[in-house]
Amino acid sequence: MLKFKNVDAYYGYIHALKDVSIEVPKGKIVTLLGANGAGKTSILKVISGLLEIKEGSYEFDGKDLKNYKPEDIVSMGIVQSPEGRQIFPDLTVHENLMVGAYTRKDKLNINKSLIKGYEYFPILREREKQIAGTLSGGEQQMLAIARALMAKPKLLLLDEPSLGLAPLIVKDIFNIIQEINKSGTTILLVEQNAHQALSIADYAYILETGKVVHSGHAIELRNDEKVKKAYLGSS
Amino acid sequence: MNIFFQNVIAGLETGSLYALAALGLVLIFRTTDVINFAQGEMAMFCSFIGFKLFTSLGLPYPVAFIVTIIFAVLFGFIIEKYVIRSVNKASVVSKMIVTLGLIMVISGLATALFGIDSHYLRKAITLDNLNIGGVVIQPNAIFIILVTIVIMSVLFYMIRKTLFGIAIRATAQNETTAKLMGIPVNRITSSSWIIATVLGAIAGLLIAPTTNVSTTMMGEIHLKSFIAAVVGGFGSFLGPVVGGFLIGILDNLVGYYITLKWKTVIVYGLLIVVLIFKPTGLFGKIHRKKV
Ligand SMILES: Nc1ncnc2c1ncn2[C@@H]1O[C@H](COP(=O)(O)OP(=O)(O)OP(=O)(O)O)[C@@H](O)[C@H]1O
Ligand SMILES: [Mg+2]
Repeated sequence: MLKFKNVDAYYGYIHALKDVSIEVPKGKIVTLLGANGAGKTSILKVISGLLEIKEGSYEFDGKDLKNYKPEDIVSMGIVQSPEGRQIFPDLTVHENLMVGAYTRKDKLNINKSLIKGYEYFPILREREKQIAGTLSGGEQQMLAIARALMAKPKLLLLDEPSLGLAPLIVKDIFNIIQEINKSGTTILLVEQNAHQALSIADYAYILETGKVVHSGHAIELRNDEKVKKAYLGSS
Repeated sequence: MNIFFQNVIAGLETGSLYALAALGLVLIFRTTDVINFAQGEMAMFCSFIGFKLFTSLGLPYPVAFIVTIIFAVLFGFIIEKYVIRSVNKASVVSKMIVTLGLIMVISGLATALFGIDSHYLRKAITLDNLNIGGVVIQPNAIFIILVTIVIMSVLFYMIRKTLFGIAIRATAQNETTAKLMGIPVNRITSSSWIIATVLGAIAGLLIAPTTNVSTTMMGEIHLKSFIAAVVGGFGSFLGPVVGGFLIGILDNLVGYYITLKWKTVIVYGLLIVVLIFKPTGLFGKIHRKKV
């Protein structure tokens, strides 16, 4: 569904992505793992049209994505829940969700997506009228995911959904990510919580300073000694 | 008491115009962080267009008014697209300096095209004054106040209730994320420039009977609209409107009851007092835009 071929990207002279090739097959959960500054967010920025690439190419359903604006990418069905949640703090929960539906052409079905979002995250229905900036961290994360779902994505990009959340909530959120995937949405999941990510993903890439250093089926990586040592904090 | 009401109505009349202009400033500021210092000059240019349509082309006043608004739409669109957007990568401060430069360009252009003379332009409503229980009211003043209220209501409805309005506020809060959600931020910016230019043009046409149409006609409104925006709070849409009315009314009451000479000083004093007790303005919240 999504394919990166030998992509290089820079911030000024900082070489953020080096010859990156990854693939996200339809219907799967693929995870990108790696330490701070490895280039995970940069990959998502490239996909969403916020960061230009210098070399290589990347495509979605066979379509070259280079030169598309962020709003076109969303219209194509690729939507991101960005790092640090980035909800709109002064809008209500409901308004945040409506922003997610901005590109929808099928205005009549927006309400269905809203109900679906509230089914995944019932707490958001209770907080519907609340100013989003006053939500707790976990609730904000739920809102960020629900907001992305409002666009009815084919491919959902999640940047560190577990960041700063209590283990119990992380577990909830990962369960819901799995449910979203089962209902037909392909997922590209960026995580530092390698343990959790590998437990729900089909396939994983491990990045180090802008390069892919490992890749494989999640089950294999979970049992790989080298990976265990470096990323799972156990031997 | 009659005199008091007359002053309040006169205050609401000029306050309306401050409010329109201030809302234009805030709209652009909220969506782009840029303060358009050329708003007054753009309004002046539009007023000249209206004046020419009315006198030289001899169009009926309402038609000239509407064509001027159409011109303002194009004018705002062009300034944003070809001037402001072309310096997209520059810092916010640089963009503000660009709008300062626009003051000179537009007023130079106006002088070249329309000359330095000042011209009378008729009022929108030229009916005889009404006398309601001793209070003398100009129908034109009522018209100006009503037009402003209608425009404000439509704008507030749009900003609060429509998806487009939610998108404007989302862009104001976090532009990058707005993009990630598929909001065409360029179009939002363009729209806010267009709406602001139209608001300015309306203010210009409506003040013209008082100031005459000239290259310096917007000076006072422009400055007072800034004060209105700051008093009301740059971070809110309602604040500048309230600020505009407040300054208009105060202007008139101070001018009549205390002294005409010191009225400007006293109104500026209000600005300082408000900022001491409420640094973000009466309705202001802390502006927390992330880029
Ligand atoms: N806007 C920017 N300007 C300059 N350099 C940047 C910018 N954004 C990221 N970088 C650099 O690019 C590299 C990759 O950053 P990226 O955000 O992709 O890392 P990451 O894997 O998402 O890290 P984290 O887990 O901390 O979020 C880092 O060295 C970072 O310093
Ligand atoms: Mg990151």
